[in-house]
Amino acid sequence: MPITAQRTAELKTLCRRFRREALEAVAAIQSGHPGGSLSVCEILTVLYQERMRVDASRPDDPDRDRLVLSKGHAAPMLYCNLIEKGFLPKGSLSTLRRIDSQLQGHACIHTPGVDMSAGPLGIGLAAAQGMAMGLRLNGSAARVYCVLGDGETEEGAVWEAATSAPKFALDNLCAILDYNKVQLDGTTDEVMPLRDMPGKWTAFGWNVLRCDGHDIPALTEALDAAERCKGKPTIIIADTIKGKGVSFMEGKAAWHGKAISPEDLERALQELGGDK
Amino acid sequence: MPKAIREVYGAALAELGAQNEDIVVLDADLSGSTKSAMFGKAFPERFFNMGIAESNMVSTAAGLSTTGKIPFVNTFTVFLTTLGLIATRAQVCYGNLNVKFGGAYCGMSDAFDGASHHATEDIAVMRSLPNMTVIAPADAAATRWATRFAAETWGPMYLRLSRDVYPDLYPEDYPFQLGKGAIVREGRDVTVIACGLLVHNAIAAAEELEKEKGVSVRVVDMYSIKPIDKDLILRCAAETGAIVTAEEHNIYGGLGGAVSEVLAWGGAGVPTEFVGIQDTFTESGPYKQLLAKYGVDAAGVRAGIEKVLARKK
Repeated sequence: MPITAQRTAELKTLCRRFRREALEAVAAIQSGHPGGSLSVCEILTVLYQERMRVDASRPDDPDRDRLVLSKGHAAPMLYCNLIEKGFLPKGSLSTLRRIDSQLQGHACIHTPGVDMSAGPLGIGLAAAQGMAMGLRLNGSAARVYCVLGDGETEEGAVWEAATSAPKFALDNLCAILDYNKVQLDGTTDEVMPLRDMPGKWTAFGWNVLRCDGHDIPALTEALDAAERCKGKPTIIIADTIKGKGVSFMEGKAAWHGKAISPEDLERALQELGGDK
Repeated sequence: MPKAIREVYGAALAELGAQNEDIVVLDADLSGSTKSAMFGKAFPERFFNMGIAESNMVSTAAGLSTTGKIPFVNTFTVFLTTLGLIATRAQVCYGNLNVKFGGAYCGMSDAFDGASHHATEDIAVMRSLPNMTVIAPADAAATRWATRFAAETWGPMYLRLSRDVYPDLYPEDYPFQLGKGAIVREGRDVTVIACGLLVHNAIAAAEELEKEKGVSVRVVDMYSIKPIDKDLILRCAAETGAIVTAEEHNIYGGLGGAVSEVLAWGGAGVPTEFVGIQDTFTESGPYKQLLAKYGVDAAGVRAGIEKVLARKK
């Protein structure tokens, strides 16, 4: 069912708040990855707050939908969503990357609501594939989502899973590529040209969809189309902007993993507006 | 007539598959060699050939385990513990997931394929991972126990399996136990602590030395490498006053390393010698000739015993 204008507006407001909270958390510990959290904001928010069937009161429900955040450095945005869903206590984001915290720099499966550990890039898609295989063996209708970074597709292991998931006809698996075209050392074109991204996935046997990764109705529509596709896995290539929402971070590789000064945080929060 | 360890493992896996439908098996295009194909033939819907993609196989197993499955991943262990390592560390061990590693063709047992196919660092790699259990069976009964134990016990577990035939050592109902070693030959003058094939070579060396020189050699099969039997190691050091470790593995970081850690921790202070691959790459050739050239046949163990006895006061 298409998302209503009212719900879209609610999610937009939520995304603004998540952006602020993620930046505040990264600034507070002076360590982390602002850029990737901002680009993946709508993707994770639409998944967790709108489409995924997960319930914090039943975290081990065998029929819950799963999400593997393969680009594990965007963990702050994942935590924003898990807090909102009730998996993690309100206010816990301030413990990000601190000693004794549940909120590791890169998400770990021992943290409530996290379905797979991540950090080393390239290996999340195969884990999501395994979940999809297991759920199918169990006769479960649950779906598995895997959020990939674009720089991450430079890892060969991504293409191992890209090869095998269509062999197993995993139509309960949906990958979403956060296609922001910027990585740590520069643009993807500078560091490692990725060439025809949709063409590559098509050649590997995937159902390939493309949308604006900051457009909430477009993302929900793509996720619904993915669910309707039978006999093969789907990848949604979501065009995004690294650092989205903060003008001086947008499209800048420097903000991939840079600490945020108090002055820059203040400017960013002003741009993002809304109640603190 | 004893069967090759890989055959014993494949049959045990297929038998377990009939008893527990949560067991799933993955291979990386070597199922005919690892013998995981025996499971695949019996339960095709629970067998996944992942192609030549070890990282993909281990990550997939990690995902499967989160849905209640008990995945056994299989390939030559030299590839499993290198190409499969990032997923083993970052997903399986970090998450303490219920994935079992069938490491086929350990040591130089894939003899003719040469150094590229010989696994001589795998114990060092796998035992350094938190949450990982490491078991190296030395006969068919131990292999059947280890396979069953892996299926029935939660957590990441590595089984170090040979391509080759090992003579029988144990009765089928032997009470194997995680964290325990077994004295398979009594002796007073020195203890050889060995695993896998080297248990047999140590027994042969011990018998020779007893016959020829009247030396009394104890042999321990340390099939549980992690956790390891600290009490038994320290007891052997105290009772026999000299230790030789013996393994088809680099002398660094493997069983010799594990035993040394215990001896140092316990302040045992006994002379120790290390029989194993001497920090070198191996080569192609007939298995027996390789074992001799790289010092891990019975003569190699014997040389280690004689060296340690010369140092023992």
